[in-house]
Amino acid sequence: MFEAVLLTIITAATPLLIAAIGELVVERSGVLNLGVEGMMIMGAVVGFAVANQTGSGTLGVIAAIAAGMAMSALFGFLVLVLVTNQVATGLALTILGIGFSGLIGEAFIGIPGLKLPDLYIPGLSDIPFIGPVFFQQDALVYISFALVIAVAYFLFRTRLGLVLRSVGDNHGSAHALGYSVIRIRFAAVLFGGACAGLAGAYMSLAYTPQWVENMTAGRGWIALALVVFSSWLPLRVVIGAYLFGAVSVLNLHAQAVELDIPSQLLSSLPYLATILVLVLISANRRLTLVNTPACLGKPFVPDR
Amino acid sequence: MAETVTTTGDANTGRQSRSGKDTLLDARGLTKRFGDILANDRVDLVINRGEIHALLGENGAGKSTLVKMFYGSLEPDGGEILWQGHRVDIGNPAAARDLGIGMVFQHFSLFEALSVVENIALALPNPGRMSDLSNRIQTVSRDYGLPLNPNDIVADLPVGIRQRIEIVRCLLQEPQLIIMDEPTSVLTPQEADLLFLTLERLAKEGCAVLYISHRLEEVKRICHHATILRHGQVVRECDPTKETPASLASMMVGADVASVSASSQKPVIGETRLALKNLSAKAATPFATALNNISLDLRAGEVVAIAGVAGNGQGELFDAISGEMPLAADMVVLDGKPCGNRNITWRRRQKAAFVPEERLGHGAVPGMKLSQNIVLTRHSTGDKLVNAAFVSTANAGKMEQRIKKTFDVRMSHDDPEARSLSGGNLQKFVVGRELDRKPGVLIVNQPTWGVDAGAAALIRQALIDLARSGSAVLVISQDLDEIFEIADRIAVISRGYLSEAEPTDNMNRERVGLLMAGGAEAQGEVA
Repeated sequence: MFEAVLLTIITAATPLLIAAIGELVVERSGVLNLGVEGMMIMGAVVGFAVANQTGSGTLGVIAAIAAGMAMSALFGFLVLVLVTNQVATGLALTILGIGFSGLIGEAFIGIPGLKLPDLYIPGLSDIPFIGPVFFQQDALVYISFALVIAVAYFLFRTRLGLVLRSVGDNHGSAHALGYSVIRIRFAAVLFGGACAGLAGAYMSLAYTPQWVENMTAGRGWIALALVVFSSWLPLRVVIGAYLFGAVSVLNLHAQAVELDIPSQLLSSLPYLATILVLVLISANRRLTLVNTPACLGKPFVPDR
Repeated sequence: MAETVTTTGDANTGRQSRSGKDTLLDARGLTKRFGDILANDRVDLVINRGEIHALLGENGAGKSTLVKMFYGSLEPDGGEILWQGHRVDIGNPAAARDLGIGMVFQHFSLFEALSVVENIALALPNPGRMSDLSNRIQTVSRDYGLPLNPNDIVADLPVGIRQRIEIVRCLLQEPQLIIMDEPTSVLTPQEADLLFLTLERLAKEGCAVLYISHRLEEVKRICHHATILRHGQVVRECDPTKETPASLASMMVGADVASVSASSQKPVIGETRLALKNLSAKAATPFATALNNISLDLRAGEVVAIAGVAGNGQGELFDAISGEMPLAADMVVLDGKPCGNRNITWRRRQKAAFVPEERLGHGAVPGMKLSQNIVLTRHSTGDKLVNAAFVSTANAGKMEQRIKKTFDVRMSHDDPEARSLSGGNLQKFVVGRELDRKPGVLIVNQPTWGVDAGAAALIRQALIDLARSGSAVLVISQDLDEIFEIADRIAVISRGYLSEAEPTDNMNRERVGLLMAGGAEAQGEVA
């Protein structure tokens, strides 16, 4: 039983984690992309459609990543090149994604999908309890953890990561030092789009292997909130995503045993618990301030 | 002054005689245009090795534009740059650094959230390992007498240290030419002296320095040669050691600059108009300064100035006095009425007026017309700008005309948006808007920051005139020349502590410098 609960927690947390780690990189570069939900749902529908047509889960995942990147490229072109308002453009991207995915997905409603196979890590997967929970997952779960480690290493240990953080902290100075603010931000936005697309693929190829309209159900927005509440620190995003996943799964179990608590209150628990914990861990205001990208959401126009 | 405007032709002959085998940078006919404005018009400039070269000019004369072209952040529209005799295209700052041109910026180009070593690594083409770089920073910074701790986060450091980072960052690039844009504007006199020693040492080692400053005393003291720009053109070259600050100023402006003096009229001191009593406030953010036990009596008829290096609590003190930061009632007393917990409108009705430091964004709403900006600070001070909740555009317009005329605010068309005014003109407007009320108490933060000599003289004279007419004036400023020009008494703020306000005659630069560097703090802690 406990094993099963843990497994469902991982399943609930993984899409949030992947989408949030991508958005974290975007925001660290100083761009606020509110279109995560839209990019995610496009990833979900395109991933499902391609996997369904080709019979290959891998191709589905690749197509989902490409779809997320295409959406983010549109966003990047609008806000970075044409300097449109980031908030409005991000909202528009979400609306576009939800509508467009409905159109593409119409033909796929009710068709049974294809589930990504679980990968058994040799040796490790045989360990009792830990093995089945952590080492008998599908590839995307492993990728989500690899992504977190890679992003943390990239941001805080590599020169390019330092440049990306500098662009998010003070784009004027970064430009004065000769860094190409727009190019770096575009790359970050594309990475965010790829992650959102991948998170979408997880929804339609692993979480519930089918296409249902609007199936991301606000997870993109939760990913966005996790980034902010985790003070833009990758490891805290893991805490946030898993906490949210855990409380929402426990909430389902609680509803199943019919506790005498209004179900509306139970449904709001994941949100409340996540906000509470992340507010508590971000109580260190200095750490929060130092990690907040000071140029977040501000347009940049070089004076050339 | 009947100074004949020398043509670029004269400057040309100067250049030819100056350029030789020691010439490092030779700019010929550099031109840069922004829309209709010719920011640089056929500028010629020669910089030789081992020379500290001053670049002088008023705001908007084109100094920053010129050095940005040397540093590769702007592309010239015409002319050429010769570096060690070869024609070069400096396409971006990295190219400038490769040539050996380093720059210390006026508004620091540091990343506040990053550490010292990260900031420096960003400016180097091959920083290597962070630990090695940290060691190099420690060695070089100690060697030049500018010690730094590589792991400090910039946001936690005072301005003087931040500038050190900029300079050390520049030195690590091993430049042959260092461009410095107003480096001393944020330093105490002692810190400035230290900087001058570093510059002299660099010059002796054969490095050239292009030095931009408004402080003509220091230009005369340390620079070997000066080029003066006006309206984007080179109008004069001279040897500043043979000039006086006054003659340099008139070359920049093209006319004599009126001198302002507080001592010409003896103040008639009246009763206390504003009293600060043990004013204390916690820092509102981790990067703000706490105010500690500040006491000050501001009396009718006098100008009191608060000196201090930027970021020592000036902004917080201003917010406390103006009512933007609520306090206990008896910490601020206006004309005998405790008002520490009252809002800014209440204080304005008590005949107090406030001019904040940041003119665009804090002092004026950028996208609103000047007349609308007038309504924002004077809506409830009996100026008939608001009648039964309706704004009287006619009265606001009349007032705008009056302020424009009295304070010589120049604008391209009638009643423009605040953001379309140049810095100096907007400053004249935001100061003029409050002076026009003839306030009983005026608090002004950085009255002439970034304003050219002519406008600064006008504003300073107006402040003195207001005090002499029986009002109390408190000026918060980082400009010591200004403070000694206009103040009757001087206090110094350091890390949120305020020293006792003493008559200007008892003060000199050295004393003020010592108080800035922590003396005020020591005094405050004893008190």
